[in-house]
Amino acid sequence: MKMNGARILIESLKREGVEVIFGYPGGQVLPIFDALYDADMKFILTRHEQGAAHAADGYSRATGKVGVCLATSGPGATNLVTGIANAYMDSIPMVAITGQVKSFLIGNDAFQEADITGVTRSITKHNYLVKDVKQLAQTIREAFYIASTGRPGPVLIDIPSDMQQQETEFIWPEEVDIRSYKPVLFGHPGQIKRAAKLIASSKNPLIYAGGGVITSGAHYELKKLVEKLNAPITWTLMGIGCFPDTHKLSLGMLGMHGTAYANHAVMEADLIIAVGARFDDRVTGRLDKFAPYAKIIHIDIDPTSISKNVKVDIPIVGDAKNILGQLLEDITKVPDTSEWLKAISQWKKKYPLKYQDKKDIIKPQYVIEQIDDITKGSAIITTEVGQNQMWAAQWYKYNYPRTFISSGGLGTMGFGLPAAMGAKIGMPDKVVFDIAGDGSIQMNIQELATCVCNKINVKVAILNNGYLGMVRQWQELFYKKRYSYTCLHNPDFVKLAESYGAAGIRVTKKEDVRKAIEKAISIDNTVLIDFKVEEEENVFPMVPAGEALNRMIEGLA
Amino acid sequence: MRHTISVLVENKFGVLARIAGLFSARGYNIASLAVSETLDPTVSSMTMVVDAEDEKILEQIKKQLNKLIDVIIVTDFTKKGHVERELVLAKISYSAKDKTRLDAALDNTCAKAVQRSSGSAIIEIMGDQDEIRELLDSLKQFGVKELVRSGRIAISKD
Repeated sequence: MKMNGARILIESLKREGVEVIFGYPGGQVLPIFDALYDADMKFILTRHEQGAAHAADGYSRATGKVGVCLATSGPGATNLVTGIANAYMDSIPMVAITGQVKSFLIGNDAFQEADITGVTRSITKHNYLVKDVKQLAQTIREAFYIASTGRPGPVLIDIPSDMQQQETEFIWPEEVDIRSYKPVLFGHPGQIKRAAKLIASSKNPLIYAGGGVITSGAHYELKKLVEKLNAPITWTLMGIGCFPDTHKLSLGMLGMHGTAYANHAVMEADLIIAVGARFDDRVTGRLDKFAPYAKIIHIDIDPTSISKNVKVDIPIVGDAKNILGQLLEDITKVPDTSEWLKAISQWKKKYPLKYQDKKDIIKPQYVIEQIDDITKGSAIITTEVGQNQMWAAQWYKYNYPRTFISSGGLGTMGFGLPAAMGAKIGMPDKVVFDIAGDGSIQMNIQELATCVCNKINVKVAILNNGYLGMVRQWQELFYKKRYSYTCLHNPDFVKLAESYGAAGIRVTKKEDVRKAIEKAISIDNTVLIDFKVEEEENVFPMVPAGEALNRMIEGLA
Repeated sequence: MRHTISVLVENKFGVLARIAGLFSARGYNIASLAVSETLDPTVSSMTMVVDAEDEKILEQIKKQLNKLIDVIIVTDFTKKGHVERELVLAKISYSAKDKTRLDAALDNTCAKAVQRSSGSAIIEIMGDQDEIRELLDSLKQFGVKELVRSGRIAISKD
């Protein structure tokens, strides 16, 4: 059947199982929007292209499917850039579609022209400029394949508007075969056997899990491994939810704002089994002091992650789920970890995660504990970036994968609200909370309009301390309290929410915290809760930048 | 250490920019680069020479190159048997009285004069790096006015 490029695009997206597109119209995507007008495809009109990219990202993180966003050429496309970079850093499968000026105008500085494939080259897994409408269906097929396989990531397709208008026969390629792209899925059997041997001979093994476990769907195998070895497990920010927080072998998150006991365990372990994690600098602290006694087994699908930061003893490249499955079979002898677990439980007793609660003031950690308690740990939590993010990571007890959605690698303020929106669309039956700061929320607050118009009932909990809290914390600790441009003069968030048609609740007293959360969940609308919290609360423990993991600042005596 | 790396890539627009980007993002200079089609017109071959101060970073770059979707194979020739050649065109000062001297300089070498006119001659040198260095040294006596080099190409012995 003959179709124009715009219809081929929509038809191809349907074949890929796309349920929803997040986007924003403009001059060079008019043919696509014309095709969307009567297409059987859900489209969410955001209020900013960045919101569309983050929403597609949040949708993908909540569902595991490929998120799709759409924007026009030039400024539309450049507005997607932060969202694309964000997805790239966290290995989130996304397809970003941009309009481009007509193919014969490219390079002429045409109105709203930007070389978006050039701009996004280093922040996409791959990108395409479509120069022949006959290639469009094949390109879309490849883009989804590349985005969702191997180490996932965003793929951008730039489609000049004349390519959207030209007609050709629609032929959907059922198979996709890219000779230069063959992700390794199964680990080397010899390496897995060596790993099993090393595990058997260890005394203080520690499992260190990252976002790759969630991407791969390996949480079941991971749990079996932890329990089989009777070994403690810690995880990265991206790994949150890969293992139940409430499990007795769980140490919670490690790294800069990880638990003290997780960090001590890293420093004392004689074997670290890294699964789908990349030894980021926020995790390792000072690199040359990291895990001094440990041999390292590193399971990762991306060969470039291996020995990038930390020298690895046994690398195993492949899909975590497959490799852990094989490893479980190959482990015949398990180490005796009883002494090790004793040491761990002493650290847990000596250095618990804590904050100083107060009667007359709302502590941000308290708010998160109450959200956890009321939602019974089963909500989807998205976060902005900064203190709100770290407290949300520390104080909510995540027990399921894909319930903690946060900008890990890029650290993008303004991510939480649009991501919550995407997550809620993907998982409509879940309660979705965006845990926000008063700074971050204002970076994409316009998306409240998108939520209200589309009845995407997310709940926003602003931990409002009147500061860019994390930067202020660094200024307090390392810059002699010289609070340079970190104090905010905020709008009335309740009125702001109401003007968008959302519900707004202000909470200034501790005794009203629970009521407000319960009320927010019960209201059938987008709700913003403005929690006035302790202004100069800090996130602890904290490993100062450039220090070894066990050189934590505790904060409380 | 100087590495000669060969990269087989899809013969498409934009691929060179992707590869160059990997090097430039890490502050690596590409000392020489030669790109051409191969027997299979859908495949291009790139031979590049880079100075690696830190072998670990080069190892990363090679892995990153492999990770690019359009890259088919990356080969580091440095530790492999291979033949390397480069073509150099040198414009030298020349007049008829230099004929004997120039003939002597080029005799039994991998170079030849492709043009002699009054005032200058163009010398073509094709060889490995040592041969090229030697010849350029011996051409100095005439005065080299202009020099262009093709960049190295390499092929494995096996």
